[in-house]
Amino acid sequence: MEAAAEPGNLAGVRHVVLVLSGKGGVGKSTISTELALALRHAGKKVGILDVDLCGPSVPRMLRAQGRAVHQGDSGWVPVFVDREQSISLMSVGFLLEQPDEAVVWRGPKKNALIKQFVSDVAWGQLDYLVVDTPPGTSDEHMAVVDALRPYSPLGALVVTTPQAVSVGDVRRELTFCRKVGLRVIGLVENMSGFVCPHCAECTNIFSRGGGEELARHAGVPFLGSVPLDPELTRSLEDGRDFIQDFPDSPAFPALSSIAQKILSETPEGLS
Amino acid sequence: MEEVPHDCPGADSAQAGRGASCQGCPNQRLCASGAGAAADPAIEEIKEKMKTVKHKILVLSGKGGVGKSTFSAHLAHGLAEDENTQVALLDIDICGPSIPKIMGLEGEQFLEDNLGVMSVGFLLSSPDDAVIWRGPKKNGMIKQFLRDVDWGEVDYLIVDTPPGTSDEHLSVVQYLAAAHIDGAVIITTPQEVSLQDVRKEISFCHKVRLPVIGVVENMSGFICPKCQKESQIFPPTTGGAEAMCQDLKLPLLGRVPLDPRIGKSCDKGQSFLVEAPDSPATVAYRSIIQRIQEFCSQRLPEGENLVGS
Repeated sequence: MEAAAEPGNLAGVRHVVLVLSGKGGVGKSTISTELALALRHAGKKVGILDVDLCGPSVPRMLRAQGRAVHQGDSGWVPVFVDREQSISLMSVGFLLEQPDEAVVWRGPKKNALIKQFVSDVAWGQLDYLVVDTPPGTSDEHMAVVDALRPYSPLGALVVTTPQAVSVGDVRRELTFCRKVGLRVIGLVENMSGFVCPHCAECTNIFSRGGGEELARHAGVPFLGSVPLDPELTRSLEDGRDFIQDFPDSPAFPALSSIAQKILSETPEGLS
Repeated sequence: MEEVPHDCPGADSAQAGRGASCQGCPNQRLCASGAGAAADPAIEEIKEKMKTVKHKILVLSGKGGVGKSTFSAHLAHGLAEDENTQVALLDIDICGPSIPKIMGLEGEQFLEDNLGVMSVGFLLSSPDDAVIWRGPKKNGMIKQFLRDVDWGEVDYLIVDTPPGTSDEHLSVVQYLAAAHIDGAVIITTPQEVSLQDVRKEISFCHKVRLPVIGVVENMSGFICPKCQKESQIFPPTTGGAEAMCQDLKLPLLGRVPLDPRIGKSCDKGQSFLVEAPDSPATVAYRSIIQRIQEFCSQRLPEGENLVGS
């Protein structure tokens, strides 16, 4: 892999954060989206790069599905999801002619598109670029880590759910991070308990404790547990701003503290 | 700046590298060299191997974390409860092999006399070992699983897959092409974020001419164990699987509610059907399993006369 000599289209991007898991369906896209929204509320300019080519979830979560991508002088212009242009987004979802069209590609073709997403999108000036990934430790992950290496990413947020089946895959993802030299900023445990809206009883639908234990075992910071909240799911379905609309949600404190952690990692983030 | 072609004919098609949509693809030269064009002899070998396997079912989703492995495992458990039914469960999720954990297996291939399991998870020496493989190596592993594992006389081979529509899915369909797959069971959860990926998976099935047995809607509502009131944790904001199935004219095989005992059983590697026989989730699973058996029994296995009984 060549190390890019010129900074190219990521020249104006201050910090890159990857969101990984070994496991599918744990909330990577959710955490990526909520992190972007929280960073925006902290006054930052954020880009989201969605490299899940088979299941691109982020456009819908920001009410940007069906938008078109234009080509500018320096490359693809990312889609702005808000009028203030504080959150921009690139996803294969924007390149599909039909929304239900399946991207049935083998590894080499996926790698090629991911390299283009990194080098040929005109991100402009960004405080943070959040990179949402598909589950696994395969082509997409190797391609995106290789392509981003010259830009010294801040590190990775690793997402799990409490139960053993998730933790089992996420352990392997932590090994992947170690092998490719990607620093783990911290581990997030998502879907951590559900508080019944009728009687306030908390049920651990997906078991409990696995995330914190894994963080301890692997020696990485534990960033907190995000409980299940149907308002969060609904908010993402409708592409609304959960951080703004539901500050009283039980999920809010954990999501906020993840953003705080990212901001505290970067000196100018605290201004 | 070049656009990556959408209508890739496939690296192993006759048009590989030569099609109109190949212009500008970074792999064009490789494909045009004919590297992928020769028919893989493994396909015939696998066809032979599969002659002793009566029914083959793929468990798919476009989406991760909807319960494919949980469903695959319990489909296997349910079918194997009849000791005269030989069941095999193949886990082709190379990066995230969940089946060994869910089946409570530590490196053994056989759980009971009539239930055999294979997964890359058995080949890893440590739970921290990561399988960081690109597509071609994953495909090689899948080929080995299908061709080199001695499955014996099997009534049902269930193949658990990773999320997506990529190497693993193309490979398993390609390698089993000559051996006749009965069909695919598609797993989803009720919300649109899942359904939008699942529609792509269904589109993939149509593209590769894989019959769809039906759709299972998992995590469909949660009954609080204390107050017994229902909550929709993953709300069916666009009508859930039911609306999608009506739209796409596919059978909805059933809806499985959330039950915290499912996760616990999977963590312990035990059959939820046995651990919680009274759960509405168990009732739902059993009904779905029956519908799948009915579907399969309507399709005569190829070469039935060659399989002695």
